[in-house]
Amino acid sequence: MTTIDVTKPMPPEAGRPAEGTNYLNHTTGIKSWLLTMDHKRIGVMYLVSILTSFFLAGIFGLLIRTELIAPGHTIMDADAYNMMFTLHGAIMVFLVIIPSVPASLGNFVLPIMLGAKDVAFPRLNLFSYYLWVTGAIFAVAAIIFGGVDTGWTLYVPYSTTGTEMNGIIFLSMAVFVLGFSSIFTGLNFIVTIHRLRPPGMTWFKMPLFLWAIYATGIIQVMATPVIGITVLLLIVERAFGIGIFDASLGGDPILFQHFFWFYSHPAVYIMILPGMGIISELISVHSHKHIFGYRFIAFSSVAIALFGFIVWGHHMFVSSQSPLMNVLFSAITFSVSIPSAVKIFNWLATLYKGSISLNTPMLYALSFIFLFTIGGLTGLHLGTLATDIHLHDTYFVVAHFHYVMMGGAIIALIGGIHHWWPKITGRMYSEFWGRIACGLVFVGFNVTFFIQFVMGSKGMPRRYWDYTDKYMIYHVISTVGSYIMALGFFITAAYLIHSLFRGRKAPANPWGGRSLEWQCSSPPPAENFPEPPHVGDCYDFSVLEWDEEEQGYHWRHDIPHPVGEA
Amino acid sequence: MTVSPAHAHEHPDFLRHHFNTPKQQFEAGKLGMWLFLATEVLLFGGLFVGYSVWRGNHPEMFKAGSIFLNTNLGAVNTAVLILSSITMAAAVTMAQRNKRGALMLFLSLTLAGAVTFLVIKYFEYTHKFHLGIYPGLKFYEKPAGDSHTLSGSLVNDAGGVDLVLVKGTGPLGQDVTVADTPEAEPTTVAPAAIGPAGLAQDALEPGDRPADDGHAEHLTHPLQDPHRPANVHMFFNIYYLMTGLHGVHVAAGIGVLTWLLIGAAKGRFSSAYFTPVDLGGLYWHVVDLIWIFLFPLFYLI
Ligand SMILES: [Cu+2]
Repeated sequence: MTTIDVTKPMPPEAGRPAEGTNYLNHTTGIKSWLLTMDHKRIGVMYLVSILTSFFLAGIFGLLIRTELIAPGHTIMDADAYNMMFTLHGAIMVFLVIIPSVPASLGNFVLPIMLGAKDVAFPRLNLFSYYLWVTGAIFAVAAIIFGGVDTGWTLYVPYSTTGTEMNGIIFLSMAVFVLGFSSIFTGLNFIVTIHRLRPPGMTWFKMPLFLWAIYATGIIQVMATPVIGITVLLLIVERAFGIGIFDASLGGDPILFQHFFWFYSHPAVYIMILPGMGIISELISVHSHKHIFGYRFIAFSSVAIALFGFIVWGHHMFVSSQSPLMNVLFSAITFSVSIPSAVKIFNWLATLYKGSISLNTPMLYALSFIFLFTIGGLTGLHLGTLATDIHLHDTYFVVAHFHYVMMGGAIIALIGGIHHWWPKITGRMYSEFWGRIACGLVFVGFNVTFFIQFVMGSKGMPRRYWDYTDKYMIYHVISTVGSYIMALGFFITAAYLIHSLFRGRKAPANPWGGRSLEWQCSSPPPAENFPEPPHVGDCYDFSVLEWDEEEQGYHWRHDIPHPVGEA
Repeated sequence: MTVSPAHAHEHPDFLRHHFNTPKQQFEAGKLGMWLFLATEVLLFGGLFVGYSVWRGNHPEMFKAGSIFLNTNLGAVNTAVLILSSITMAAAVTMAQRNKRGALMLFLSLTLAGAVTFLVIKYFEYTHKFHLGIYPGLKFYEKPAGDSHTLSGSLVNDAGGVDLVLVKGTGPLGQDVTVADTPEAEPTTVAPAAIGPAGLAQDALEPGDRPADDGHAEHLTHPLQDPHRPANVHMFFNIYYLMTGLHGVHVAAGIGVLTWLLIGAAKGRFSSAYFTPVDLGGLYWHVVDLIWIFLFPLFYLI
């Protein structure tokens, strides 16, 4: 669709500031960033920090895959390997995936989507960021002080016995501090959504991303304190030998598993729910069609959050848990798949007969649906008692976990970064290279991890440094896949960084989104909205039209313009 | 362009720029505080669950351990905290009524209660340390200057043995008595000697169980009781953990109350703006409430 009108209507109250002034350049200097209370800058700082950690832990992952390309010693000895997979897991989970979407993209877009000037507690928001930094420092200290080789789950007795693992206390401190960073972020968002919605922004007018962030916030607030007390107990256990978890002192190691999974299963939803929220936006905006089943998607987020609290025992089927508990946990685990499936079907229904733009964000969204479905369905094998006994602690679990956490959470994060990149940076990236890189990541990911389902069901245990020759072919394929995936990510990093300097200036609304952030300029002004904006249906795209000259979307000329909408 | 009602009003100093009205700011603060307090309750919740698990599995352990706690001091501390909650509530009311002098008085009284609590707690802890009832493995070390021979311990003539030898029961119900060696590290000996929880107690003959009549009251250390249940150190570890974490919260409360007192002295609070006093009060009530649960769980039952 093209427009004949070259003089674009631009209502002054639509949040467009004086030419050239935006949140990135209205103040300058390093202090204006480090001490900022602007949610957008804090979001950007999170994004940079989290992607740095992602790079680091990704390198660890590549080293693990390289070590495993052949049996025996390849590039590192068994002890180094144990530390490597522990760090890969711990950094990816606690420093990257858990904070990733809420703290970076959530921080940036949540108040704008809501039509608010900032989050409810800007100072607490900055404090959360520095808690994250402190946690990262503790994690690095754990490496320096001897490393940790327990796996990211810090299971006792691995973490309470042994002499060389001085890093345990530091890593536990890191988890504790990062937990509070996560709690404060979730708390901030819940209060923001409850109290800072402008007039007209009712609960069911909120974009689905906000519902997802809200449900995530509930889990962050309700589950994270438990991991906090658990690692605190682990610290005193290790420092003083109090015997809570140490069987040799009369303690109960299974209690640690209960505590750990009481947090860590809901934490899986802290990781995946915001990703699902992103996908709801991406699918609808890039197929230019109203989201199908808005209320079902919104309530399924809340349902997942609540159900997630009562399934933790499915991690402990072989831990001598009573058969009755096993059956109950297994049954409830199956029931969690219902709200997840509700989302998938609603997304597919949204795509149906949409006018789909295969932009890079959309390619990531489609990848998510594909990969998350595989990850979710293989979860049923593990939730089934009989098959789990065979598959427990094999590469099948590794593959399932990566399909959900990487194929789900990380792919959604990357898709979201591409979706909001023009808004955050004010620049367009190369669409051509974006699609190439997405293809490489998708193919590389499947080559790396699909084969691990096969390998695991044939009996290859996870976390082993050495293996018999019959598993070698699977490991070789998996390692090659990881290199393909790494190539995709390096290309992504290259064109995104390139776009910062050479990219075309982004229009206010490059994709045709209706949620409020697309009404701000790209990048948004420091105050987001001078006045509370008018709130319409954020999934009704029929009022927008493509402007060839601007290379973006704006309000249709033949429809009267509600006050405050661009 | 319409002028929103928020901007038609004046913007008082205490109103932060991203809120439209003082009411909105107050409600946001209040909701945030309630959520934070929920996380605090959950943080303690983990420990309360731990307490329940241990008490359910090993009531004898709690029985043998709790007689060493000073109920009178615990009761005094409970009274002190309840009184300080009352004065805190009064302080909030005084802030709402613009009575600065009374606000400062009641904040000071609350502060005094918090300090008194910690002082009493300090004496309780140090008294136990003096008797050798330490958290952690040090529990099994012979207290300095103790003339008693701890039962079950092998104190040789040279007095060089630090570790108490515990007679316990092995995983298969057999009697286990591990000889202690003076040069051995506590961490390497204690585990083998004590054995997994529960098994030892189950193997005791009914007559061996600690008497109910409180005959152990003259003892100063649980290890002096030859009929003590296995792993009695666990009671004290749970006690130190829960009261210690609570103590940290009381100390944080002292910080909050001091800050409020300074703010009150500077005249920051009024009937238009008393949010910090209100929220600080909420925090203080929750800290008190947690103690109201801790006191009976450890001292009374
Ligand atoms: Cu789980």
